[in-house]
Amino acid sequence: MEALIRAENLTRILNGDVDVTLVSGASLQVSAGEFVSITGPSGSGKSSLLYLLGLLDKPTSGKLYVAGQDTLSLDEAGLAKIRLENMGFVFQFHFLLPEFTVLENVMMPMKRLGNLTDRQAREKGVSLLSDMGIADQADKLPRKLSGGQCQRVAIARALANDPAIILADEPTGNLDSASSKVVQGILQKLAHDHGRAVIVVTHDMDFAATADRKIRLVDGKISSDRLSI
Amino acid sequence: MRHFVFIALKHILARKRQSFVSLLGIVIGVAFFLAISALMQGSQNDFIARLIDNSPHITIYDEFREAEKQPVEEMFPDTVIELRSLKPQTESRGIRGYRQIVDYLKSLDGVKASASLTGQAIFSFAGRDVNISLNGMIPQDMRDITTIDDNMVEGSLEALIANRNGIVVGAELMRRQSLSLGDNITLSASSGQVKTYKIVGVFRTGRADYDKSQAFLDIKRVQALMNRSNRANAIIVKMERPERAREVAALIESRIRYKSVSWQESSEDLMSTLAIRNMIMYSVVSAVLIVAAFGIYNIISTIVMEKHRDIAILKSMGYRSRDIKFIFLVQGVLLGACGVLLGLPVGCLLMYGLMQITFNPPGATEPIHMPVDWGVEQFLIAGAFAFFAALFASYLPARKAADVLPIDILRGGQ
Repeated sequence: MEALIRAENLTRILNGDVDVTLVSGASLQVSAGEFVSITGPSGSGKSSLLYLLGLLDKPTSGKLYVAGQDTLSLDEAGLAKIRLENMGFVFQFHFLLPEFTVLENVMMPMKRLGNLTDRQAREKGVSLLSDMGIADQADKLPRKLSGGQCQRVAIARALANDPAIILADEPTGNLDSASSKVVQGILQKLAHDHGRAVIVVTHDMDFAATADRKIRLVDGKISSDRLSI
Repeated sequence: MRHFVFIALKHILARKRQSFVSLLGIVIGVAFFLAISALMQGSQNDFIARLIDNSPHITIYDEFREAEKQPVEEMFPDTVIELRSLKPQTESRGIRGYRQIVDYLKSLDGVKASASLTGQAIFSFAGRDVNISLNGMIPQDMRDITTIDDNMVEGSLEALIANRNGIVVGAELMRRQSLSLGDNITLSASSGQVKTYKIVGVFRTGRADYDKSQAFLDIKRVQALMNRSNRANAIIVKMERPERAREVAALIESRIRYKSVSWQESSEDLMSTLAIRNMIMYSVVSAVLIVAAFGIYNIISTIVMEKHRDIAILKSMGYRSRDIKFIFLVQGVLLGACGVLLGLPVGCLLMYGLMQITFNPPGATEPIHMPVDWGVEQFLIAGAFAFFAALFASYLPARKAADVLPIDILRGGQ
């Protein structure tokens, strides 16, 4: 099966007074249905790798194919299109837009894609929210929700355009343990039941242990890439 | 598209007070721009209308623009010729064949013409001498060619037509010399002739110096008084469309060779003064709108600054830089458009208020209203200028918003 993400020798160097190597020669492939965790000590470049895979940052060298497309030849708008159609992001902080209701936040990516009518988008938003168990919060502003609820809204938003790839950067980093468990369960289910490629950056070893495949980064290099048994 | 407008609207509505203040800036800017430019345009129109009404549209003088060519010059066109002791024929000044010229002019479309002979005379009364400018015309033509008929306060032009020995004078002269309708006045001219005329009409234009110094009477009487029988020294032309005066004057001059001066030509220096005045006015009122545009720049910059995180997340979702730029441009456009929509009616109120003010300009005998031009151009200029100022003011922060790199924001967490 064609890998959804194929990275070859990805390197990212921050140029400044002192050049800093964030990611060095990372090669990996991720396929549909895989639940991958990326761990490593802080400063090991795990978030940087995730941002490279998520096309939010450009590698200094190396090759990166997402959904079969060579991403290095694309301009900003082309990259945005890939993100829009194929990727959903979940961050440590929920980053919901404060002026918009929960449902409007979830509808943001759908509106940009523009494939659905307003009514269809609304229905899909509500169904995504009910999958997350928070359909009753749909018309509230994000600030009325708890942290865990907000993170679930953010996941619903990440799923808005049915992306094949979910990228999560410390999604439980800011949550209490009960909420963390819920979010972990959702992400796991997305990979196993819905066949999405889920890549999670985390420093939570218990969370990482639930992944099918564990990638460990040290000093920007992939030090191990193992399947769980 | 509608979605982007929706986002922009939410951003603005989230900062009601700030948005309101910058909106108010545009509203006031537009209103002042509109009121001041309408006033300036109005006064200019008023001025030009008076100029056109009160002066001939084209005046044909009894002179040529260029000296007449000597026969010897025409004989040797390519050589230098020196003529010594040239003694040109002396003839009494005036337009030769003015009746034929007037007939020709009357045959033109939308043109009314009348020959006139102007001259000076002294009026002596009770030991006081007053200089009077005589305008001799065919009385029947005066109604078409001058505005005297509209300004008559006593008597009428009909009386002048009936009584060829009559004279029409200004109200100011009447007042100063304690005259009344039906009185006789005696005029003496430099020719030595002294004649008596009967006052059959009184006009008042509102301009004191005109009302005290001008008199109208039959051209034949002026010819007799001046000893210039059968002469006219000017032909006065009025047109249905005064704006065409310049080209018609050129046409006339090419046909009859006498110098023909359109009102535009004779008041060119005034026109350029008006143009400069307009430039000064527009730069001053534009400044008001530019200050208002800073208000828009300020609020949209603030929103962009506060929204770095939201911009980053929108971009991570797949919003392009140009989408982001568009969202913030729309905010400027919304503020600008609302400002214009509210500003124009407020400007109308200001204009209406200005119209209620009356004042006495120097030299006028009657109070006049502030002239305000309600022309659609004023509205278009004010609206378009404000709109584009708002657009430009939002363009700078919008570009900055488009340049936000999501990685810089997202990596930093909060």
